[in-house]
Amino acid sequence: MAAPAILAEGLLKRYDDLVAVDRCSFVVEEGEVFGFLGPNGAGKTSIMRMIACVSPTTGGRLEVFGMSVDDRPREIKALIGVVSQENNLDPDLTVYENLTVFARFFEIDRAEAARRAGELIGFFGLDEKRDTVIESLSGGMKRRLTIARALINRPRLVILDEPTTGLDPQARALIWERLRSLRSAGSTILLSTHYLEEAERFCDRLVIMDGGRILVEGSPAEIVAARMGRAVIETVDDPAVIDCLEREGVVFERFGDLVHITTDAPDALVQRLVAACNPSRLSVRNATLEDVFLRLTGRGLRE
Amino acid sequence: MTPGSVSWRFRHVWGRNLHIFLRTWKVSFLPPIFDSLFFLIALGYGLGQFVQEIGGVDYARFVAPAIVAIGIMNGAYYETTYGSFVRMYYQKTFDALVATPVTIEEVIVGEILWGATKSVIYTVLILPILILLGLVSLPSSLLLLPLALVGGLLFGAIGLCFTAWTPSIDTLNYPSFLIITPMMVLSGTFFPLESLPLPVQYVAYGLLPLAHIVSIARGLTLPALAPFMLASAAWLLVATGLVMLLAIRLMKRRLVV
Repeated sequence: MAAPAILAEGLLKRYDDLVAVDRCSFVVEEGEVFGFLGPNGAGKTSIMRMIACVSPTTGGRLEVFGMSVDDRPREIKALIGVVSQENNLDPDLTVYENLTVFARFFEIDRAEAARRAGELIGFFGLDEKRDTVIESLSGGMKRRLTIARALINRPRLVILDEPTTGLDPQARALIWERLRSLRSAGSTILLSTHYLEEAERFCDRLVIMDGGRILVEGSPAEIVAARMGRAVIETVDDPAVIDCLEREGVVFERFGDLVHITTDAPDALVQRLVAACNPSRLSVRNATLEDVFLRLTGRGLRE
Repeated sequence: MTPGSVSWRFRHVWGRNLHIFLRTWKVSFLPPIFDSLFFLIALGYGLGQFVQEIGGVDYARFVAPAIVAIGIMNGAYYETTYGSFVRMYYQKTFDALVATPVTIEEVIVGEILWGATKSVIYTVLILPILILLGLVSLPSSLLLLPLALVGGLLFGAIGLCFTAWTPSIDTLNYPSFLIITPMMVLSGTFFPLESLPLPVQYVAYGLLPLAHIVSIARGLTLPALAPFMLASAAWLLVATGLVMLLAIRLMKRRLVV
């Protein structure tokens, strides 16, 4: 059997006295879209940097396409494309040059580089900006170019650290659409994002991390079903309703001025609550990944 | 340094810098040449009217090789300090490069070689002017070009050590003011080192790379070939090797986390 795209066992990353990744184990199969979710400082970027062979591991085992990141970083790097969180395009170069100059680092010859650059510029809708120096591009265009550049070596694995952060909805939609066609073409995609709804729709499997640990792993639907049940009933947080819920023995969570009740049988419970508590407002919606995320990682702010 | 960490791929790092330089050469090319010409006019011809001769040599001919040596120093040093710092810190270029099959060691070697290239380009431009002015002798002065390469590698590596150390672009001013500028005047550039007390001469030849570059350059342009030039060349080669290794070590400590 072929080696998985990524195999991590007891993966550890320590910076001086901070443990950023605390013995994480996971497997990503080839062709999968795999997501890392978690609040800032959860360890997502550290894991992705170790997979990209730019940050050494402190301990544990980490293999990409069956090769150890410690022993064969150059071969691994030839097979992957990396889109980092920060823009690191060449500001003095045009869109086209950003692609062709980058191709040299992969030993791609000039004619082939020119061909691929042309294709990628078309694929990411940058034709009109081909010969524009990138300083004058919008944020969305720069991000598209960064992704295009990461594909110049036709990578088997693409790693994207928050590819849509800071972009407007149109730019985000375009990027997801392009990533979707990349997935159809069979690439393995690894990404981190703060947009939970996008992760839920796009990822085959994902992990939610916090404090360097993996809290939960699975397909978005499995995770939501296992952790939340089918539905969330939302009602108002007023003393009469709280008293009533406690009397009825219903388990609830208070979020600001809202009360959340998770359930697998929303219809029956709604009828019971309306009859017993008569709240001023009550609604039912499907449970989402965001509910799981907030329940697992809490509502405290992370700076 | 781990085995296999430096391959010929460093040429791509160098080539990237060259590519950008060729797009912007009009702004980055001319200032150092003007700098040198002003020095030459002010010192060689202005001050030279009062000094006239040093050790039987016309002052303009005495100071011309020193001005080339200073240009060699500045060309590489300012490229791998301010230039490399901008690439590393503001443009995140090094981060982008190490995500490709290029290693961090190759990025560093490519940067140092690019700094040395700036020194060579400078020398290629200033040399014909000095030849036309009759201030340097041929053909020995053509050896200034390999000198520029070695001197450029050394000052490129020195600059990159400071880049690895500096917390911000402003603190890069300290090594410029405290080390580079004093070295510029204390390396036998504008007056012979022999006029200073003997201990100072020992310190200069022991520690100041520019002193060796000046002594070789002057030996080539006058020409006044002498055995001490071989000693200076050996000093430069050994120092270049050591400081390059130091630069790689310091940069890895900063960048590999």
